Amino acid sequence: MGNRRRVLADRIAGRFMLLLSVSSGLLICVMAWALLRRSLPILAVKPLSAVLLSDDWMPMRGAFGLFPFIMGTIWVTAAAVLIAVPLSLLAAVYLSEYAPAAVRSAAAPLVDLLAGIPSVIYGIWGILAIVPLIKNRVGPLFGVHATGYSVLAGGVVLAVMIAPVIIHVAAEVFAAVPREMREASLALGATRWQTVRHVVLRRARAGLFAAVGLGFSRAFGETMAVLMVAGNVARVPSSVFDPAYPLPALIANNYGEMLSIPLYDAALMLAALVLLLVVLVFNVVSRIVLIRIEGGLR
Amino acid sequence: MDRRRAEERLMVALMIGSAVVMLGTLCWILAVVLVKGLPAMRLSMLIRTPSGGFYLGREGGILNAIVGSLLVAGGATALAALVAVPVVVYINLYARPGSWIAVWTRFSFDVLWGVPSIVYGAFGFALMLRLGVRASLLGGILTVACLVLPIMCRAMDEVIRLVPGELADAAAALGATRLQTALGVVARQAMPGLVTAVLIAFGRGIGDAASVLFTAGFSDAVPTSLFRPAATLPLAIFFQLGTPFPEVQERAYASALILTAVILAVSAAARALAGRSARHIVR
Amino acid sequence: MAIAPHIRVENLDVRYGAVRALKGITADIPRKMISVIIGPSGCGKSTLLRTFNRLVETAGDARVSGRVLVDGADIFAPGTDVTAVRKRMGLLSQRPYPLPMSIFDNVAYGPRVHGVRDRRTLAAVVEGRLRQAGLWEEVRDRLHAPASRLSLGQQQRLCLARGLAVEPEIILGDEPTSALDPRSSQHIERIFMELKREYTIVLVTHILRQARRLADYVLFLYLGELVEHGPAREIFENPREEMTRDYIGGAIS
Repeated sequence: MGNRRRVLADRIAGRFMLLLSVSSGLLICVMAWALLRRSLPILAVKPLSAVLLSDDWMPMRGAFGLFPFIMGTIWVTAAAVLIAVPLSLLAAVYLSEYAPAAVRSAAAPLVDLLAGIPSVIYGIWGILAIVPLIKNRVGPLFGVHATGYSVLAGGVVLAVMIAPVIIHVAAEVFAAVPREMREASLALGATRWQTVRHVVLRRARAGLFAAVGLGFSRAFGETMAVLMVAGNVARVPSSVFDPAYPLPALIANNYGEMLSIPLYDAALMLAALVLLLVVLVFNVVSRIVLIRIEGGLR
Repeated sequence: MDRRRAEERLMVALMIGSAVVMLGTLCWILAVVLVKGLPAMRLSMLIRTPSGGFYLGREGGILNAIVGSLLVAGGATALAALVAVPVVVYINLYARPGSWIAVWTRFSFDVLWGVPSIVYGAFGFALMLRLGVRASLLGGILTVACLVLPIMCRAMDEVIRLVPGELADAAAALGATRLQTALGVVARQAMPGLVTAVLIAFGRGIGDAASVLFTAGFSDAVPTSLFRPAATLPLAIFFQLGTPFPEVQERAYASALILTAVILAVSAAARALAGRSARHIVR
Repeated sequence: MAIAPHIRVENLDVRYGAVRALKGITADIPRKMISVIIGPSGCGKSTLLRTFNRLVETAGDARVSGRVLVDGADIFAPGTDVTAVRKRMGLLSQRPYPLPMSIFDNVAYGPRVHGVRDRRTLAAVVEGRLRQAGLWEEVRDRLHAPASRLSLGQQQRLCLARGLAVEPEIILGDEPTSALDPRSSQHIERIFMELKREYTIVLVTHILRQARRLADYVLFLYLGELVEHGPAREIFENPREEMTRDYIGGAIS
């Protein structure tokens, strides 16, 4: 067999694979660049701050204030994080520190499954279960009579969606805490909970922030489920029972008409760019923290 | 000291409570899908396209969305695999460990994994405007391929990394080139894991709605070419749930049931395969 | 030789799943002396040590039968407060594992966990125990620095001080010098010689010379069985069992 051909094939394949690796590594940059180019038209007529901080949203009259949508995103995301963080951290501590091995191995696929359910399915659940619950039970409890399509509905649905992300990452972070450190605390006569609270949680703190950061960014950009339950009214919410209109929902809802109104598509692409950048910042910081933790393990 | 014990009990109760809430929510979601979806399931649902318009017409089924989803997710997964396999082989077998390209590629995939699918959708849309392509099967495939590429690469990367270095060294010692080593030894060893990665990517691709919203469009018909718009199950749910007609909503529920079943089947298969691969692989 | 046992082990069996790590151990650990458990690696030395403070249970699938009596009370008896058992013993592990907090908080951790809140008491405990562990002079002006900044040898002495702070009666050491340089090891050994006036000390080691230097009492384990135990002089100079003789002579390791 031609040895030279063999080696040549190896070299060509190597080059080709290098090219693919470099270009897929650049995908994130290409993405940011494409969105930036598409949003330039609106930035040419209005300063960035005017678009981001104005609450005047009248596309027909050329007013593209994204502020209500940014606030909508923040409200819904904050609600989701507030609900999901205690639930998922408690569940993660239970699974990592207390649960018997059998429970732990049974829980892993279920957490994965929860993470794998498509967002429209969460949306259906939100519309059929959570929205009526808020309209008929939770709202009246606080003297609110509304449709149920609200920040709270979006928050609950998103919380369930980001919980598996937080649980998964938190479990990895707990696993990186040396067993001997727990034993050192137990050997002093500390209870398990004291050990978890003062040693495990303290040691895992940075990693848990990273876990929550990843959950946050997942909630920040989640589209369909929120679109289906948050109510989509372009006004800054003032209570959790108010509807909200988050950025992703804005983009998803208006793709049909965005080419027929001048600057509309640029405004929506700018919205997508803002989403991308916020999520990137949270992701990059969280990932770096997690890589550090992994590095410390080796 | 009783306070300590009380605190321990309280916290454990809260923890178990949280775990039960999560599990209960999962069951609740599945129950909603089942309860709504099962009565809507009829043979005609599976073998007919909607007649009289998907939003208004009360007759017909969701064949358009089933076929469209399989084509979009299948095409995108295949396309992503064509890119992912060489990339993963390169960063594991060709690049020096710890080289900037390997580090950067892994990191960028980690970050891409967290990018919202609506952003992929907007990006795909921007790309299609540039290329002059309208919402079509092709646009959907390209966008979803970008969406699942990082997931697939990271999953494959984990698998290839588990292949013992000695195995590749042994092949290299026999005079095999890196390409031969990659295809003959490492890929064979890692095959079940690679298939698992493909399945995971397919599951993610078939369930995503926001990325195909602008790029694949929607249609009542089964797509006949790459340049025709294609319906997908997630969008079939989203659009048809919003109508006032119960018959149309039934199509949404049926779509949800099918989509959930597909996701369950895919994740079960991935898990079974991952378990099997652990048994048959040389450690 | 009449020894008042501090810990009495009766018919102790430990299984990890299908593996029987300890087989019917019966032995006495004398009070206020250094007892050393010797034997080749994997013979169950650490497991035996970890039954004394019931840490053995934290490895999910471990099953224990038999009895371990501390001052005559079975610590495996149902209804026993594990934390109370553990409070009576300090543990030094193979590598020092300072808790993720400051030097001061490491030593104060034990008392705090058991409800001591008073600042002055804690400060006194911290100083006293750091002195006892021979670390005070080295750290007195940086008590609030992270413990992880100390050298390995200092960390191990810190762990000792941390263990002493809960006022134990027994100190357990699982090859406590194996990660340390010779000088730090020597330092630790000297401290043990001091401490045995007040504490019962049980050490696991696979270094025979260390056992000779420190031991008043020796237990020789081989493949999960207690081959021989007795005063150090008898074991080292006149072992009854051939296996012990081989091990001490270096024929098996």
